[in-house]
Amino acid sequence: MSLIPRQIETFWTLFTAPVVWAVHFLVCYVGAAIYCAKQHELGFGFGVVRIGIGAATFAALAIILLAAWLSWRQWGFGAYAPPHDEPTRLDRNLLQGFSTLLLSGLSFVAVIYVAMPALFVTECLR
Amino acid sequence: MIVGNDFSLRERRAQEKRLRAVWANPSGWRYWTSVNNFQVGLWYASAAFAFMLFAGLLALIMRAQLAVPENDLISAGFYNQAFTLHGTVMMFLFAVPIFEAVAIFLLPPMLGARELPFPRLGAFGFWSFFLGGVFVCGSILFDSAPTSGWFMYPPLATKEPGYGADIWLLGLSFIEVASIAAAVEIIVGIMKCRAPGMRINLMPLFAWYLLVVAGMILFAFPPLIAGDILFEMERMFDWPFFDASRGGDPILWQHLFWIFGHPEVYIIFLPAIALMAMIVPTFAQRPIVGYPWIVLAAVGTGFISFGLWVHHMFATGLPQISLAFFSAASEAVAIPTGVQIFVFIATMLAGRVIFSVPMLFGIGGIAVFVIGGLTGVMVALAPFDWQAHDSYFIVAHLHYVLIGGMLFPIVAGIYYYYPLIDSKRLSNRLGKIAFWLMFAGFNVAFFPMHLTGLRGMPRRVFTYPAGIGWDWLNLVSTIGAYVFAASVLVVVYDVLRPKHRQPGGEINPWNAGTLEWISEPEENWGVRSIPIVESRYPLWDQKDLVRRINEGDFYLPDAEEGKREGLVTSVLDARPLQVLRVGGTSYVTIVSAASLGMVFVALTFHWWWTALVFGVAAFASILYWLWTGTSEIPEKPQKDVGLGLTLPIYASGPNSVGWWAMFITMVGDGTAFASLVFGYFFYWTIHGDFTGGLAGPGAFWPLLSLAFFAAAWGATVAARALNQGNRTDLARASLAAGCILTIAGSLAAFLGPWSHTMEPTAHVYAAIVWILVIWLLCHAAVGAVMQLYCLARSFAGRMTAEYDGDIRNVELYWHFLVLTAVVTLLVIGLFPKVL
Repeated sequence: MSLIPRQIETFWTLFTAPVVWAVHFLVCYVGAAIYCAKQHELGFGFGVVRIGIGAATFAALAIILLAAWLSWRQWGFGAYAPPHDEPTRLDRNLLQGFSTLLLSGLSFVAVIYVAMPALFVTECLR
Repeated sequence: MIVGNDFSLRERRAQEKRLRAVWANPSGWRYWTSVNNFQVGLWYASAAFAFMLFAGLLALIMRAQLAVPENDLISAGFYNQAFTLHGTVMMFLFAVPIFEAVAIFLLPPMLGARELPFPRLGAFGFWSFFLGGVFVCGSILFDSAPTSGWFMYPPLATKEPGYGADIWLLGLSFIEVASIAAAVEIIVGIMKCRAPGMRINLMPLFAWYLLVVAGMILFAFPPLIAGDILFEMERMFDWPFFDASRGGDPILWQHLFWIFGHPEVYIIFLPAIALMAMIVPTFAQRPIVGYPWIVLAAVGTGFISFGLWVHHMFATGLPQISLAFFSAASEAVAIPTGVQIFVFIATMLAGRVIFSVPMLFGIGGIAVFVIGGLTGVMVALAPFDWQAHDSYFIVAHLHYVLIGGMLFPIVAGIYYYYPLIDSKRLSNRLGKIAFWLMFAGFNVAFFPMHLTGLRGMPRRVFTYPAGIGWDWLNLVSTIGAYVFAASVLVVVYDVLRPKHRQPGGEINPWNAGTLEWISEPEENWGVRSIPIVESRYPLWDQKDLVRRINEGDFYLPDAEEGKREGLVTSVLDARPLQVLRVGGTSYVTIVSAASLGMVFVALTFHWWWTALVFGVAAFASILYWLWTGTSEIPEKPQKDVGLGLTLPIYASGPNSVGWWAMFITMVGDGTAFASLVFGYFFYWTIHGDFTGGLAGPGAFWPLLSLAFFAAAWGATVAARALNQGNRTDLARASLAAGCILTIAGSLAAFLGPWSHTMEPTAHVYAAIVWILVIWLLCHAAVGAVMQLYCLARSFAGRMTAEYDGDIRNVELYWHFLVLTAVVTLLVIGLFPKVL
């Protein structure tokens, strides 16, 4: 049994990486907002929040990399050049693969953007 | 090579006659009962445009007032009404609906379909929008328009005297229903009704954009509906959701409003840029460069735009880490936005550009939008925003974004697509005059506002003192605004002027490559026969396509049974799956929309009995609509659609478009519910003890209710399975049992807060628990009606083991309902205990 999922043909894989971005964004924002609202009832410091954001970011980037690899595979590992506009199942698959790969790239960068505040902000300053 | 149908000329003429009869519009005043996408799209666009002119007039009045300092042309009160309605109407009655209009008008021919899958829903959406819009706009004539700004911030708006705020809340909630109806129609249409062969890699880019936008509507509009509910409960019954003295918080409204409000900017922008994605290739005379990059841009923008809402709230005192997340996402969204602009530039560089009027408006719009985008990157930085917040700098920024990103492309679209309406082009000369007036007028009006803002002039002031450096800047803005208005008048004149001397018959005058250009304005059938698509630009690449379509060489060239028919195809590869029969001309859409509209009007003025009467009327007309117009058992199981292909006429479950419509609607519904749950936890975060020391609903009643709802869900699922297995009596018994269990579950849910005398006006905790319970009860009531409806359909012989679309959709509804019950009842019953 391989750990890498086999190729599936569905519309929804297109959204994998952006969904990971959205979940990561919500985890960071909601986590930090709850911490800052309830910090006096919680027995740990803001450093834990930053480490948590770091861990979430690491996980999100890892999943996006996996999604990117899968889409690279769907794109035939780059063996075919765009525009993928032939009326064939192959070209439809290649377009899906390439678009998903592009979205993975965007999501990867956007996750890093969103995580960066945790590098600089060190307390619940209002 | 695709083999054709080979009909004789006589057969073809007979087919055309039948098709024409089936798709014909009624004449006389019954014309307004039409549900055809062509008419509805045109009405929709005209109404939206008329609302835009109205809102523009309000802007001109405001600019006249601001032309000189200490002016007394209009009163402060009227000025407040004017800016509130201007923003509200432009956003809710023009910017969003115009895209729905264009989508309804263009999508079917562009996808090679005859119609969208739910034409009556489309017409219902239009009438809801139109009636709601007239109601909201009409309020200013009675000096009772809302006055608190288009975002209605409490406590100013919750305390606003008169009916203005209620008109805003209820009128717009009604219009949001129309938007969600359009989203359902558009998503199912694009996913399931494309012409055979139009695989997703061949789909027009317009459809990609619209798919993303319709998806965004599902997640953006429901939070506002949830917010409207809370807001109206506070205004109508004094439930303290936004009243800080009783545990509420005005910031919650800002969250809910902007979770809607920011994605809305992109909901407006993406369809306009989608028009550009159709126009640029035509005038560059080559396919778009970087099709997958546009997919990236559309989907990427769609997602990231949901991570920006707090940048409207930078000045509310949220923790800096929160601000920073949203600031970062606001910078990130510039990446996909920029990508599509580079794609257009690359396409123009790679092709030979014809500088026609649509291209002028398109390029001018992009230039304006880029300036707005750059000031957007500036205000996305919290420290800069703190300086510019609520100043005219923001007014300048948002108008650069919206007018450049939306109005210019829309005018480009009008000039480009006008020949689809009556086979004639608009005037080139007038178009160029309009463009230069608009481009110059716009910049003269809005560029100085950056400076007025940086010099400290706040938004929403009806006048200002002389001699503080704002005078001449305001005067220049006013002059620009009137030049801009003149350009709009030129466009209006060009559209409305009589054109009978102009030669007609211009089908595809720009030599475009996409399918919408086969549409003949004098025929109502959309496409004569549904083609097989093999290219992104079929009119450029598929030889003889137009002739063959018009000779009935492809699918469904006839209407033997006298029904309006289209094809359902698979999501990825557009393989033909089913013949879809869609609803025709009907009064039921207008009656339903009008009675539902009257419910909202009556609620605004607290006419409870009138609201009840019209509520019953709306309920009855919708039931009649469903009973007579949906899930009809066909006279034969399948039919020959031409080219030797035979397809089923009926489908149920995930194979049917109705099931998808239910799924999509419930996703939107689930988002509204999630917003209310968000409210519950929001109150938990802002208080040490969020119950305010009050008793909760306890655990007993909620858990008992949960058991009943779970059983009711089980009974519904069982009824579907039994019905499918031809055990009709058991299925009926199971439905009846399910209905009783639903009522029992609802009673138990009600008794939780009721038996603990939770007083919703006393504290926000009681209010939010009640609102969650009421939400559940309303959905349970619908669930019970659905169970009874299936029971009745089964007895009437309209639902059988083979034709079970009704119960499958009801089962799907119940999956969502049981999820709602689980979340509601566990949250209100157990969360207070675990603290």
